[in-house]
Amino acid sequence: MEDLLSARLQMAVSLGFHIIFACIGMVMPFLMAFSHWRWLRTGRKEYLDLTKTWSKGVAIFFATGAVSGTVLSFELGLLWPEFMRHAGPIIGMPFSWEGTAFFIEAIALGLFLYGWNRINRWVHWVTGVIVGISGVASGIFVVAANAWMNSPAGFDWVNGQAINVDPVAAMFNRAWFSQALHMTLAAFVSTCFAVAGIHALLLRRHENHPLHQPALKIALSFGAVAAFLQPISGDISAKSVAERQPAKLAAMEALFETSQPASLVLGGIPDETRQRVDYAIHLPGMLGFLAHGDFNAQVTGLDRIPRDQRPPVLVTHLAFQVMVGCGMLLMALGLAFVVIRWRFKHLLSHRTFLTVVALATPLGFLAVEAGWTVTEVGRQPWVIYGILRTKDALTPMPGLVYPLALFTGLYLVLAGLVTWLMVRQIKALHGSYAPKLTKV
Amino acid sequence: MYSVVVLFLGLSLLMYCLFGGADFGAGILEAFTPKRSREKGENLTYQAIGPVWEANHIWLILVVVILFTGFPRVYAEISVALHIPLTLMLVGIVLRGCSFTFRHYDAIHDRSHDYYSRVFVFSSVGTSLFLGVIAGALSLGRITNASTVSFAERFVRPWFNWFSFSVGLFACCIFAFLAAVYLIGEAREVRVRHVLWQQALRANLATVLAGSLVFLAAWLDGFDLVGRLLHHPFGTACLFLATASLPLLWYSLRRSWVILPRFLAGFQVSMILLAWIWIQYPLVVQVADGQNLTLQNTRAPEATLNALGWALLVGSGLILPALFYLLKSFKGDLSWPAEPKHS
Repeated sequence: MEDLLSARLQMAVSLGFHIIFACIGMVMPFLMAFSHWRWLRTGRKEYLDLTKTWSKGVAIFFATGAVSGTVLSFELGLLWPEFMRHAGPIIGMPFSWEGTAFFIEAIALGLFLYGWNRINRWVHWVTGVIVGISGVASGIFVVAANAWMNSPAGFDWVNGQAINVDPVAAMFNRAWFSQALHMTLAAFVSTCFAVAGIHALLLRRHENHPLHQPALKIALSFGAVAAFLQPISGDISAKSVAERQPAKLAAMEALFETSQPASLVLGGIPDETRQRVDYAIHLPGMLGFLAHGDFNAQVTGLDRIPRDQRPPVLVTHLAFQVMVGCGMLLMALGLAFVVIRWRFKHLLSHRTFLTVVALATPLGFLAVEAGWTVTEVGRQPWVIYGILRTKDALTPMPGLVYPLALFTGLYLVLAGLVTWLMVRQIKALHGSYAPKLTKV
Repeated sequence: MYSVVVLFLGLSLLMYCLFGGADFGAGILEAFTPKRSREKGENLTYQAIGPVWEANHIWLILVVVILFTGFPRVYAEISVALHIPLTLMLVGIVLRGCSFTFRHYDAIHDRSHDYYSRVFVFSSVGTSLFLGVIAGALSLGRITNASTVSFAERFVRPWFNWFSFSVGLFACCIFAFLAAVYLIGEAREVRVRHVLWQQALRANLATVLAGSLVFLAAWLDGFDLVGRLLHHPFGTACLFLATASLPLLWYSLRRSWVILPRFLAGFQVSMILLAWIWIQYPLVVQVADGQNLTLQNTRAPEATLNALGWALLVGSGLILPALFYLLKSFKGDLSWPAEPKHS
């Protein structure tokens, strides 16, 4: 396999693996803290048990996320040394803040996990909240660094070197806010619906289980709020991309020709050689509205982008469709939950509702992976948009297919193991809750 | 700000060697723990490093971030030349972190427990070994950035040699020694403490032997380590102090003391690392052909170093009190609550 492709795949595998654990590490502490708070206020034991049950999962996911994150911090150099040589001094600031936030997160997690009965119970609760806040903060800092790759700022590029570096301007580049907001909400949507889905599945097997019922409600409540906010943040992102990276937007929307008015292409399979999209639904004028807030606006197509600067259209477009589709489904589910919670409470434990929630388990993470594919593949052929090409950032080390195989194998095994561990956690949990179950 | 950044780089490296190193050592020690006290040892390891486990390993991330932000060329060149040992070290870090956590949190205790343990032990040894190999390769001076040389010359020879591996072996021994000494204070049973005193003594002897091997390997590889030491009297003084404190350490271990050995072990590791840093400074990568990479000739623009320096200062203002609270909450007590003291 070509070294460039191997390196890109290894980065994709590592990030795709890490992002799931990072999302869970960002969001689970909040769910945990909520349940913990309910216990402190009401003294009801099921909330305490739920908090402890979740915290075991968090410990496993956090550890896996921490090591896969360590791998990434090295891989940036192992695979893309030329990129880091230029980018390091410019985007080091968000990374150093990320390091700080992550450090605090790790300390707070240590206090939270091992602090039961050892530290003051409200201080203990606060450490859990700090885990969540610093987790979200470190996520935002990392995304700010990625946003800089999409929207380079804070330096002048002269003869292939960066001069007049301004790390603050680099960190607060034009894409940081829209990307950070979108990613944070995505973390909440994906984690909450995945958690809800697992508890719904378990509720189907163990009706009215005292742990799974509050768990389902907490997770769905957080998830529904995030799922409603996500389209707003998606709109901010789309307008920002349209302004900064017309090539990426054109690839996302499979817009081969510059058009006015521009129609939104739903679904379909882009054919890059014939420059057309097959089997798609076209909504006239919609793209102009979504990208520029005007049904009659002109939207730049790929024809205005030089051939050697066009991103791959097929992958970007399909990934974008998957992301939006999953997001919409989850928003609908969130809406259904709010309505049921408000007016039809008895339906919350209805088998059909539980089945639907269980089926939605992977959708959020599917959307997260697809969204990252859009932002990363849509930036190609650049690693720093408009400045440095991905192929020029590659390490001279040959045979990159071997580390690719090594890390892919390693992460596959770990993914399998983590899943297996979760199943065992649940088994053990039901073992300890069995006597109570027969009573209900 | 340059000096602040360099200070934090050195400090993070030291903290990683002391705390991360002791964690690695705990894994290495497990390989040498007699079967009958193995479970006790495992539980002890959890109690001792569980709460601070994640925090101990973030020092490495700080080292990496400081390098790629403040000294980007150093980071880039090391990543290219030492791609293979770095990758192997990373695999070790992943396996180790996961097997440690999985072993603790797996809800069902069955045969899988033994597999986690095996992976934990092997990856602890492997990670320490390759950390040492990388440190050795930086000093040895076989790293080249010429693109015309063969694959072996560019990507294998810089680290695949007697000297680098002897440093790796030394790292394994000294980490195991650190862990044994740390764990003594954590043990709540006389029998376990006695096992640990024994282990600490043995690991210390192994460290001294491995240290001599480093000099022998340097000679085999034609690397004038002694000459370098003689050129840097301060580095030599550090090494001398580390060695001179050995008899006191042995005495205190023989007398079954708890606090003094801990202090001495930390002191010895710090002195050895300081000696290495002193001999190296400001050099980071000794390059075979062409200009060596030093902290000075690879430093990032002033604006970056300022931002990084402030981030580190403010960050440590947040981290250090939190870390102190964490250590105070879990590590304050070195007494014998379970059993009366025997001598």
